[in-house]
Amino acid sequence: MSALLRHGRYVLGENPVTAVAFGLFVVLILLALVGPSLAPHDPLASDTARKLEPPSARYWFGTDQVGRDILSRVLVATRLDLAISLSAVTLSFVVGSVLGASAGFFGGWTDRIVTRVTDTIMAFPLFVLAMAIVAALGNTLANIVYATAIINLPFYARMARAEVNVRREAGFVEAARLSGNGSARILTVHVFPNCLPPMMVQASLNLGWAILNAAGLSFIGLGVRPPTPEWGIMVAEGAAFIVSGEWWIALFPGLALMLAVFCFNLLGDGLRDLIDPRRRT
Amino acid sequence: MALLRLAGRRLALAVPGLLGVIVVTFLLNRALPGDPAAFFAGPAATRQAIEEIRARLGLDKSVPEQFVYYVRDLARGDLGTSLTTGQPVLRDLATRLPASLELTLAGLTLAVTVALPLGVLSATRPGSWVDHLARVVTTAGVSLPIFFTGLLLVYVFYFLLGWAPAPLGRLDAFSTAPRQVTGFFVVDAVLAHDGALAWAALRQLALPAVTLGLFAMAPIARMTRASMLGVLGSEFIRTARAAGLAPRTVLVTYALRNALLPVITLLGMVFSFLLGANVLVEKVFAWPGVGSYALEALIASDYAPVQGFVLLMATLYVFLNLTIDIVYGLVDPRVRIEA
Repeated sequence: MSALLRHGRYVLGENPVTAVAFGLFVVLILLALVGPSLAPHDPLASDTARKLEPPSARYWFGTDQVGRDILSRVLVATRLDLAISLSAVTLSFVVGSVLGASAGFFGGWTDRIVTRVTDTIMAFPLFVLAMAIVAALGNTLANIVYATAIINLPFYARMARAEVNVRREAGFVEAARLSGNGSARILTVHVFPNCLPPMMVQASLNLGWAILNAAGLSFIGLGVRPPTPEWGIMVAEGAAFIVSGEWWIALFPGLALMLAVFCFNLLGDGLRDLIDPRRRT
Repeated sequence: MALLRLAGRRLALAVPGLLGVIVVTFLLNRALPGDPAAFFAGPAATRQAIEEIRARLGLDKSVPEQFVYYVRDLARGDLGTSLTTGQPVLRDLATRLPASLELTLAGLTLAVTVALPLGVLSATRPGSWVDHLARVVTTAGVSLPIFFTGLLLVYVFYFLLGWAPAPLGRLDAFSTAPRQVTGFFVVDAVLAHDGALAWAALRQLALPAVTLGLFAMAPIARMTRASMLGVLGSEFIRTARAAGLAPRTVLVTYALRNALLPVITLLGMVFSFLLGANVLVEKVFAWPGVGSYALEALIASDYAPVQGFVLLMATLYVFLNLTIDIVYGLVDPRVRIEA
């Protein structure tokens, strides 16, 4: 463990960007936890007398078309955006690992069915499939999570399948089998934990993409309903005002979105360096 | 000949993908919220009218039977009728598809022409300013939400600088569309020898195409760089250099051709992202393509166009992947020999 910590400190020292990304990640998590109490104004309270005000000392990020404080809305939205993407990624991580690991371990029909399902998902342009799923299942927040989870599923399933497959015949698996462990136990206790590191890297790289997808869906008017503060829908609301020069409505939620995605991507790269130095580019 | 055989085999491999797409769109169709018969009949319909519509839509049949009817309708090119436009969905999609294709192809062409040299240059000069530029472009490309990039470009180039026209579709209000030959306004205007119109269409196309291009550039440049670095360090490059071949020959004929293989594979994934991103860009720029058509229908709870759109995109994507496989065979002779 201390070797890992030392290695971690070495990687962070070598690559200060990862340290910055980690700091940013902590800030994002804190904002998600305490964001609503930090917000200087009520994120839902409109004040038409003060609509479309540019950033000022009173409203740091300006006000939107009905006079709501954009800073407060951006802060409060952190929790929802992170919750959507984290739950989607967790869902596809769990389901994808189970499906992929059993396909890789048992082979045969399990493998054929899982591979066929993932191939079918991948036959669609993924964002379009997410749109179709939300359209079919109903325009709710939960369905945004399911849709994002489904389009991410193939990546986890394929990875778990490949990682389990190369370890299936390994010596320690034979040893475990000889000492009388059943298949399910070997898979969950002996094989799968060894596949976790690359899967975790995939998950953190995937988080940024999940946020982008969920925000894209709410940008086109699916899932989150106004006046709920969410970054994607806030950018959509600001889009109409860009042509008349009111840039702050779309800019700040967009920047928040960008920063979150940026942070998760850098973190994923850093995590990869930590776990597998060979894949550094 | 070997290439033809390869194409044939890939075509056969595309069939299960296509089947999967049809099954999934059918299932999504069945999963629609509420009773479609009641929905199509409207709020004032009597019970008898609803039952009639149910029978006409085939919804009183068993699910496998419905699937057979669904496939039969697809084979006839019947994707249903749009409630919003009152037109058959297939016709609506056909009139709007060129706009989307023009945008996607322009974006992709732009991305490839910038990203390939950028990737090659940054691989041959690691640590130089080109390398840093490549890193910035690729990081920004994967971190910036595409709709946000589009809005930023509109703000800078339309509102601040005034270089770009208003983001309102393929042509400004004063121009009329050129006679349709390819459906791509810029090409059609050139074919009609109307320089002013071609320029007007190109100006409208520029910002959305750049938005898509920036987005697609990132993965291509990143992969080109990584793959070039790998190839340049390999033995046969050292041998080629030691044999005294011209640096250009080594770089282009020996290194680039080999480095391109993973990039071509990646193009499939890039297309998947582009077709999805297209919907967002079309919304930002009010581009009258199939994506904005599907969005309008989605907002109006008009499902036939949405299903038609999904089916069209998925079919297009299956065939794009097929094309990519064949191009791969053209670039890499080993694939042809195996076939």
